[in-house]
Amino acid sequence: MKYLDEYRDPAMAHDLIERIKDLSASINRKTRFMEVCGSHTVAIYKAGIKSLFPNLDLISGPGCPVCVTSSRDIDQIIRLAELPGIIVATFGDMIRVPGTTSSLQDEISRGAKVSVVYSPLDALEIARENQAKKVVFLAVGFETTAPTIAATILQAEREGVRNFSILSYHKLIPPAMKALLAEDEVRIDGFLCPGHVSAIIGSTPYEFIPKEYHIPAVIAGFEPLDILQALFMLLMQIKENRPAVEIQYSRVVRPEGNPGAMKKLWQVFQPADATWRGLGVIPESGLVLRQEFAHYDASLQFDLSVEERADPPGCQCGQVLKGLQRPTDCPLFGRVCNPQQPIGPCMVSSEGSCAAAYKYGRS
Amino acid sequence: MEEKRILLAHGSGGRMSRELIERYLVRQFENPMLSLLNDQAVFPAPAQRLAFTTDSYVIDPIFFPGGDIGRLAVCGTVNDLAMSGAVPLYLSCSLIIEEGFLFSDLERILCSMKEACEEAKVQVVTGDTKVVNRGGLDKIFINTSGVGALADDNLMICGHRAQVGDKILVSGFLGDHEIAVLSQRKNLEFITEIRSDSAPLNLVVEPIIQQGLGQSLHAMRDPTRGGLATVLNEIASQSGVGLVIEEALIPIRDEVKGACEIMGFDPLYLANEGKLVAFVEGKKAHEVLSVMRDTKYGQDAQIIGEVVAEPKGVVYLRTSIGGTRILDMLATEQLPRIC
Repeated sequence: MKYLDEYRDPAMAHDLIERIKDLSASINRKTRFMEVCGSHTVAIYKAGIKSLFPNLDLISGPGCPVCVTSSRDIDQIIRLAELPGIIVATFGDMIRVPGTTSSLQDEISRGAKVSVVYSPLDALEIARENQAKKVVFLAVGFETTAPTIAATILQAEREGVRNFSILSYHKLIPPAMKALLAEDEVRIDGFLCPGHVSAIIGSTPYEFIPKEYHIPAVIAGFEPLDILQALFMLLMQIKENRPAVEIQYSRVVRPEGNPGAMKKLWQVFQPADATWRGLGVIPESGLVLRQEFAHYDASLQFDLSVEERADPPGCQCGQVLKGLQRPTDCPLFGRVCNPQQPIGPCMVSSEGSCAAAYKYGRS
Repeated sequence: MEEKRILLAHGSGGRMSRELIERYLVRQFENPMLSLLNDQAVFPAPAQRLAFTTDSYVIDPIFFPGGDIGRLAVCGTVNDLAMSGAVPLYLSCSLIIEEGFLFSDLERILCSMKEACEEAKVQVVTGDTKVVNRGGLDKIFINTSGVGALADDNLMICGHRAQVGDKILVSGFLGDHEIAVLSQRKNLEFITEIRSDSAPLNLVVEPIIQQGLGQSLHAMRDPTRGGLATVLNEIASQSGVGLVIEEALIPIRDEVKGACEIMGFDPLYLANEGKLVAFVEGKKAHEVLSVMRDTKYGQDAQIIGEVVAEPKGVVYLRTSIGGTRILDMLATEQLPRIC
């Protein structure tokens, strides 16, 4: 099949696998690579790549936007859903994320109005069709989704839609990588950088990784051959001791990214400090609406004050997101925490590292 | 002219009910037992061992490429019978209809049920019709139950009987039904050539038994909701065996793979309505495969893996690039109404 089977070709994969094994053996130590994109996490598990290389330690970082949303933010969302006259519009995987006492799913069963949408433009459509209600879109995602949400805000402004707003829980990937590397206990020999985020932001924002930390970084695609090739490129950089940012996913990612999308993003949003589950507050790692679009900011329109509560006891999502623990190291994993009844957010989203480990990795 | 619609009175048990039953149901499903208009069907036992099953059909939308709720309601129940090796004979048909439902749609559904019955060589011998208030349900729900005869006393097809050394066969391309149905959904509409595979599987099973290969069939199941992955896990755990599946051998159409890529689905979890998975004695597997491939609904059958001793209850998938991972049950994905 065009553009699918080509990147799953068994003969080419076999060749690459052998070359990776040889290269990995010649480096003579166990290397630890982190992916910071949930789609990579799933792709690696799904293709069975972990099983191929005992010498490579492939760990998952904070790559799932749902998983890094703090429980306080989830509690705010629940608070919002409880208010009368509100329709919450959201991507589907937010529905089941547990806050400290409830989830959107629980609120739906109590009568909250929640619509699952596939695009923020659908949320705008719901606002047009329900003039008497206030429609709030949960803007959860990385740099990949932010431009389309910015475009939706611009569209709402053009049309004068006033019963539409967003809660921005956007997160930015490079600041999180910087925060991870700044932690002493975190040891990473290379980054598999996210393909779709990079399609928007380009390769420049990762330059600090080789420059300041002397660690290789490769922007990778999502098919088995993409990932194998990216692993090969990472190992090659280590072998030749020339850390750099390289683009494996060159059929999609340009060094300059997508300037048009970035322009829209910065037209509507500005950077702000954000709380990441497990990582805490990271400076300038989130997005808030600029002053001129503040009337689309649901957090300014509604009283969403919630009590501060601790994350669920025993849950190791924070350690897992930093790559300090494997999902299977968590005492709750598979015992009381599973995809049917998730305790922590890493088990909720299908791209969460715990959910992926549960689905593909148990033995 | 305003189209004729089902009224509450059509389910009242009175004259209008009678009219609906006689004009529509009895006429479509015409057979001596049903035409008696008794409250039950009476028939002589067709064999010592019988198979009996029931299923309800609530699919949305009710018409989709390659089928409709009527064809599904016949094939689904026929298939549940056929998976035991039974020859399906008699069906019941209960309709629960929303007030205001179009007669023309009802006729279309009954007509397709009749065609499916003829194809599967089964008869609807008893039934019931209810009408509920508008909004009481979504358009129409159908329940069918079925009785089948196990003519051969040596047939022992059961989810507990998969054995080490058995080969695992699937009867054709997977995922067509769910993709065809999803392609029609509001908010998800996309253009596809894929049609539902809804089909009576007794047409695949009976020739295998007629060729004297019935005893080599150890376990059989049709992978409906939850797809291939779910059936494999069920059998692995019921039979207390391990399974190894070769990803590259699983038949999936390029269009289905493509739609899955776009929507983020895994084709191994997609529902089918005209496919079966069979666990067949190793040395007879190729014979069974070739009989299957000679049938209308088994042309694209494949051997996709085999049964191993350990680890018990676990399904392993050897990926097309040579890696290994487990293939788990569907955990929680919100399933829309697909059957």
